Amino acid sequence: MATVKKVQRPSLTLAEKLYLPAIFKGLLVTLGHALRSLRGKTRGRGALESSGLGITMQYPENKWDQRLPDYHRGVPALVTDELGRERCVACQLCEFICPPRAISMKPGALPPDDPWAKVEKAPVEFDIDMIRCIYCGLCEEVCPEQAIFLRPDYSVTGTSRAGMIHDKKMLYEIGGVRVGLVNKWNELK
Amino acid sequence: MPWPFLIATAAKIIGFTFVIILPLIAYSTYAERRISAIIQDRVGPNRVGIPLTLFGGSKDLPFFGLLQPVADGLKGLFKEDLTPAHVRKVFYWMAPALTLVPSLVTLCVIPFGSELRIFGHPVKLVIADLGVGPLFIFAIASLSVYGIALGGWSSNSKYPYFGGVRSCAQMISYEIALGLSIIPVLMVFGMLNLSDIVSYQAEHGWLLAPFWGEGLTWQRWLLLLPLGISFLVFTTSVFAETNRMPFDLPECETELVGGYHTEYSSMKFALFFMGEYAAMIVGSALVVTVFFGGWSLGFGLDEALLRNAAGEWRSFAGLAHLGAFVAKIVAFVIFFMWVRWTLPRFRYDQLMKLGWVFFFELALFNIFLAAFIIAAPSLGWPRTVIGLGVLAALVFAAIAVTRSVEPPARHRPHPSSR
Repeated sequence: MATVKKVQRPSLTLAEKLYLPAIFKGLLVTLGHALRSLRGKTRGRGALESSGLGITMQYPENKWDQRLPDYHRGVPALVTDELGRERCVACQLCEFICPPRAISMKPGALPPDDPWAKVEKAPVEFDIDMIRCIYCGLCEEVCPEQAIFLRPDYSVTGTSRAGMIHDKKMLYEIGGVRVGLVNKWNELK
Repeated sequence: MPWPFLIATAAKIIGFTFVIILPLIAYSTYAERRISAIIQDRVGPNRVGIPLTLFGGSKDLPFFGLLQPVADGLKGLFKEDLTPAHVRKVFYWMAPALTLVPSLVTLCVIPFGSELRIFGHPVKLVIADLGVGPLFIFAIASLSVYGIALGGWSSNSKYPYFGGVRSCAQMISYEIALGLSIIPVLMVFGMLNLSDIVSYQAEHGWLLAPFWGEGLTWQRWLLLLPLGISFLVFTTSVFAETNRMPFDLPECETELVGGYHTEYSSMKFALFFMGEYAAMIVGSALVVTVFFGGWSLGFGLDEALLRNAAGEWRSFAGLAHLGAFVAKIVAFVIFFMWVRWTLPRFRYDQLMKLGWVFFFELALFNIFLAAFIIAAPSLGWPRTVIGLGVLAALVFAAIAVTRSVEPPARHRPHPSSR
């Protein structure tokens, strides 16, 4: 059985019962914050490079880019390896797992004379609709080839719906090169 | 038909309502956001200015976000005016107007300045120079509760309904204190005409700052005690009347989603909002008029600067007074916001208790206290002292009765500990 701890209600003094001194104290606290803000000396202003009027970062002037943690999930993008090969093998797992169905791809076969014909397939088209994407990272998690990654970029803007669809070229541009072994590419395997 | 009078009145209505008060309402929404921001170490709206980049400029002019109210208004007008299917249409449409209109109507008895000379004729800067100023304001301002209650009821949804009911209950519990607390003030002035009240204060010192002018007797200093209590009760009641923090129970976001205007959107919601701020500005104007000398500059400056040798107002006196009045209103509106972002909301029973048990009695005893101080010279010392003794006895009796009716909360053992 739980032990019950009896707490005595504090007996209030007359000043506390009148409630007014507490109000004035509170007003002084808020006034202090307001005056510090107005003088550009808000406490903690250095943390986000604010102007000193509040601790809020002023966005377009200052950006988060340098402060993003490693685990930040930004826009998804395709990567090539150090030899310039597409890592994607068009298995379509990301397309199937994508909860908002933002990914659509058209798989194609590699020609037999391709140096990497062993892989057999590569995407012909690869579109990610950034209006639908929810940045969940499931595509990155499910990819057996480590071909799709969530990059740190977070600012995706466009003036039309069509402009918000990232096609294959754009995706490789954002993704860049990732160095690292993927077993399937290994000739000896 | 006295055409000059009609034209002057129409000009005053348009000037005061559309040139002074409506922009003041718009900018008090901006001020509210900026003040809440600086109090909470944030920035607030600081971007909306002139978008020069749209016209080929290289940089926008933000102007500290001063055009934010314009953007808000445009957004309200152009947003889809959604009427939910489950509401009572007639009342749903009436409610926002019923909230805004009473607040704007009360403006007509507020004296905005002394007088302005136009073509040699003195024109008083008050729309309707009524002999019952404060009473008119109380009567009309209470009507705004209809807007809130109707809005809450016609929304046909539980949270707005709660908001409307709370608003009614709150209005009833504070209206009495509001009316009673101003009686000592009226006893001092001996009149109800707001322009005359302000003129009196311009000559005899402000009610709460009687540092200049004629008639500075010991009585006047002693009266500061009941008048101070009056000011406290009156201001608190105005806070409650205008549904401002810490009495914003009808629309408390944390408990009732949005309160009575949960189901409203676009310009209808904006009308509720404007009604609330208009009520706040009228409340501030009333407090300033009654307690802080209305349009008078104070400190003897009126006499020194704005009167000519013949004792008449100079030609620019009206404008100077108008400026002083608006400055005082703005200062008081800022005080309203400062309090809003400082105090937590009262619990509902605490609010009722404060209104019925505390302020009602306080205002009542305050009337007698002021009456004794005013009547002391004619009553003579013995009777005054006896009267004050009786009053004190009554106060203690009232406190004792309140205590016995409502015993202090005791610790009740939890069932599991038995």
